[in-house]
Amino acid sequence: MAGISDADLKEMTQEERVKALGMTTEQLTGKSLYIEFDPDADERFTYPWAPEVDFNKRTEIDTDEMDTTEVNNQIRALMAEGYGTIVLKNPRGKHSIGVGILSKLNLIIEGSTGYFGVGLIDGPNVRITGRVGWSCAENMMSGTVIIEKNAGSTFGAALRGGDLVCRGSVGSRTGIDMKGGSIIVGGNTGSLSGFMMQRGRMVFCGDAGKDLGDSMYDGTIYVGGSIQSCGVDAIEAELTDVDKAWLTRKLTQYGLMPDKGVDHFTKIVAGKQLWNYDNLEAHEKKLIL
Amino acid sequence: MAGTQYRGSEITDVDQFVKDAGGLESDREKEIGQHIGYRYDVNLVPDYKRITPFLEKYMEVMGWDDLNWLEDIHMGYEEGMPAVFDRNANGWVRIPDSIALPDNQQDRDMIARELLVKFQMSDKHPLASLRKAYMKF
Repeated sequence: MAGISDADLKEMTQEERVKALGMTTEQLTGKSLYIEFDPDADERFTYPWAPEVDFNKRTEIDTDEMDTTEVNNQIRALMAEGYGTIVLKNPRGKHSIGVGILSKLNLIIEGSTGYFGVGLIDGPNVRITGRVGWSCAENMMSGTVIIEKNAGSTFGAALRGGDLVCRGSVGSRTGIDMKGGSIIVGGNTGSLSGFMMQRGRMVFCGDAGKDLGDSMYDGTIYVGGSIQSCGVDAIEAELTDVDKAWLTRKLTQYGLMPDKGVDHFTKIVAGKQLWNYDNLEAHEKKLIL
Repeated sequence: MAGTQYRGSEITDVDQFVKDAGGLESDREKEIGQHIGYRYDVNLVPDYKRITPFLEKYMEVMGWDDLNWLEDIHMGYEEGMPAVFDRNANGWVRIPDSIALPDNQQDRDMIARELLVKFQMSDKHPLASLRKAYMKF
């Protein structure tokens, strides 16, 4: 609400802030539920609260003696000072580093990370020169993440958007519950990759383990090598010219274009036989009643 | 039951859900009274020849070589009105009447992407006030 500064809000408890901003007193009766775009909205490219950072302003953090929270707080403090390129040295497999970055940034991690690295990010470009543990870039909203070596299981779990690239191989359940974005893997992937996938695209230049795309609702999986087996409702589809053009563009962009091109890729999509909630509804009602 | 081979009906016309808000085609959809599946092709990849100057600048500012997360943004249709799903607000945001709809989905998607970025980055976005109320200082 206009007239209340951040300094004023800072002095309040959360409950007071919510009331001061009118969030619990807003008149909802008669209010339209629909929101409409403003065709005259300003041209703005970052969130209003995002720090102004410059990619050309670079710094390094030696994380050897720091814990995860200290590293993450230090990244935020440097972004507030305008640093747009931050290099993390000696990460030594720390878990959950680089999480929750919600604005543009070049983050370079020189080494390997533990589990849940660079999760919940919205915008940054990340390059990790080593390996990553479980659930790297889970819930990523936008940006790019490039891993130079191998990755653990649940790589890109619940990914919402952006490009997640692993030049090596990845573990099982890659892209589980993925809702958008692209996962690109230069090597192989383990079992149950694309489990419950809902949207987005996955590319595996190597082989895929058993039950690929199990219970997927939508989205597309491209596999360059062999597929041990497809999961429930995952079926092969025709690789179209549009698919080939997209694969060529993305794989070239990340330097993963196979020597033999993209014609050999197998395309896996949802058979859409699981779109039957309404068929089940009547039975559920009977059970409840 | 799962595995009954029901797949929803195909989208045949770019204005299908503008002309017919329900968009009920198949017998099954008519029976249950709702369209099944997305109201646009979620797997449609963007045609970069149709990109707008604003989106080009957005890519440059963010340091991306392509549209990144916006590749998954499409113009959809809510109750017969063109709209875009805003994941940050978890709801549909409608396209105003003053914006003329192009005759193809690719150009519509580019408009949708541009409007969504401007909306998400504005102070008027619901997330801006929510953040003020609930953020940690």
